[in-house]
Amino acid sequence: MVTSPKSKFDLGSVIRRPEFGAFIGLLFVYLFFAIFGGEPFTAVGGFASWMNIAAELGIIALPVGLLMIAGDLDLSVGSTLAAGGITAAVLSGFYSLPTWIGIFAGLAFGTLIGFVNGIIIVRTNLPSFVVTLATNFSVFGLILGTCKLLTGTVAVSMKPDPVSKSILGTLLWGQFETAIFLWAGVAVIVSWVLYKSPWGNWIYAIGGDATSARLTGIPVDKVRVILFVCSGFAASLVGVMQTVLYESAQVNAGQSFVFNSIIAVVIGGVSLTGGYGSTVGVILGAMTFAIVNQGIYYTGWESDWASLILGVLLLIAVLTNNTFRRLAIAGRKKKKVHVNDK
Amino acid sequence: MTNKMSISAKPIMRMKNISKSFSGYTALNDVSLDVFPGEVLCLLGDNGAGKSTAIKVLSGFHEPSSGMMEWEGADVTFDSPRDANERGIATVHQFGGTFPLMSIARSFFVGLEPTKGRGPFKRFDKKYANEVVVREMQALGITRVTDGERLIGSLSGGERQVSAIARAVHFGAKVLILDEPTAALGVKESSHVLRIIMQAKMKGIAVILITHNVTHALTVGDHFAVLIHGEKADDFRRGERTREEIIDLMAGGEAMAELEKEIENLTGGTN
Repeated sequence: MVTSPKSKFDLGSVIRRPEFGAFIGLLFVYLFFAIFGGEPFTAVGGFASWMNIAAELGIIALPVGLLMIAGDLDLSVGSTLAAGGITAAVLSGFYSLPTWIGIFAGLAFGTLIGFVNGIIIVRTNLPSFVVTLATNFSVFGLILGTCKLLTGTVAVSMKPDPVSKSILGTLLWGQFETAIFLWAGVAVIVSWVLYKSPWGNWIYAIGGDATSARLTGIPVDKVRVILFVCSGFAASLVGVMQTVLYESAQVNAGQSFVFNSIIAVVIGGVSLTGGYGSTVGVILGAMTFAIVNQGIYYTGWESDWASLILGVLLLIAVLTNNTFRRLAIAGRKKKKVHVNDK
Repeated sequence: MTNKMSISAKPIMRMKNISKSFSGYTALNDVSLDVFPGEVLCLLGDNGAGKSTAIKVLSGFHEPSSGMMEWEGADVTFDSPRDANERGIATVHQFGGTFPLMSIARSFFVGLEPTKGRGPFKRFDKKYANEVVVREMQALGITRVTDGERLIGSLSGGERQVSAIARAVHFGAKVLILDEPTAALGVKESSHVLRIIMQAKMKGIAVILITHNVTHALTVGDHFAVLIHGEKADDFRRGERTREEIIDLMAGGEAMAELEKEIENLTGGTN
């Protein structure tokens, strides 16, 4: 019978992919800053500077992307990041415990925050928007209060052991953060889950229609809780990484990740209402964000303009992604006309 | 053809004096229904008559407040929709295929994904899924589906219903519950869906068709039950009632008679 030939290149099906818009966006901002930023931006140093930003953001944006495909939001990643970092620094720095204890405790704390988010959301049926917003504030207050109480300050330094340092927070060749490799690892795992494992199907289905998904027997609550656990883990991982890299942690670190992760995910073509998106798109979205964020320094302009560019980009991304999604749905009819033409 | 039914056939599923109430409000009151394999049971009723509650009890979504469900001759309590599903009860909802942005193949297998490989490398078998979905859809007359990668959203309402029914049949459903499958469809698409229902019935599947379209019900139904205000108002077999009697019953008789009289007066007045 007629099966889709994989070998034949079909421009239409490329355009209909969820990450196509993100790819165009990335290409556009890269060329833009290559022109206005010139040689320093396109050189290795420039590449490293935005890849480092993209990696830290990407590690959080990928699990947040899965959450958003499943129709949820996580606004607590900011405080979760800080919680992971502060926990590690207080234990391994202030109390001079071995580094690995601080790292594990930091990651465990972040994972716990994700778990609590998930449990509250599936038990109360409240929108994840409200619950995670509340968590972001509560956790921030909790770590601020606790940190001041224990250490008397809001920034704690630590001296990580060499092994942790080389895995989590070294600059390779003097400029590439090890975060880039962790990001690649996270990308492989998350892509596997979304594209290859049955879980991917469940995530799309839950985002498409949670009630129908439940009726087909998908363990909807379990999947949602686990997705929150993953985003909590990822946020605290970045927090721990930053702490090991900079050898200090701050209570107010990470709040920019709350909206930046959503921007990366949306630029990456994930539907705001869930049910549609791809990990490739989220990766491209994180890169696009990072290029704008860093590229601006190479232009010699005031860095304030970066926010304007990101804002406009976000709006354009949502509009074009809606258009591409409509194309994807209407795809069938287009093809039919095409065939008749021949 | 329709005479396959006989007294000796055993019901695959029975509702025995089922009641269901929600915090004081009784949605179903003492309803008994027998569901036979290879028959189409039409559940008729106006909006709010208790049809949806009945489906939810049948499909394991709600546990009855009182009364008992019987499955293949033994009393059962469905723990969850999944439990009912695993026994062979498949429910297709009004807008079957509710994941417009999923591919046809993924949506067809959602919740029951075919996998290959083992352990952590167990993965969704996309090639198999695509092949099966194209084959099943073609077999049910949706010949323009040649690629499982297409999004569900690119199918028409009728095609989505057909794909949902195809899914249920593929997974060996013994009881197929269809919730208003023709409600949002045009005439041509409706007749296609009705034809698919007949095909499922011929395979020996017990079909429960929920509808308020009497014409569609009479076209395919073997056995009819009418719900009014959560109670079973009538239960009859094909040919035992006229179309008018059924419409009267569904609309609550008097209200309809009153309307007819009014129309008569109106047309009489202008003539």
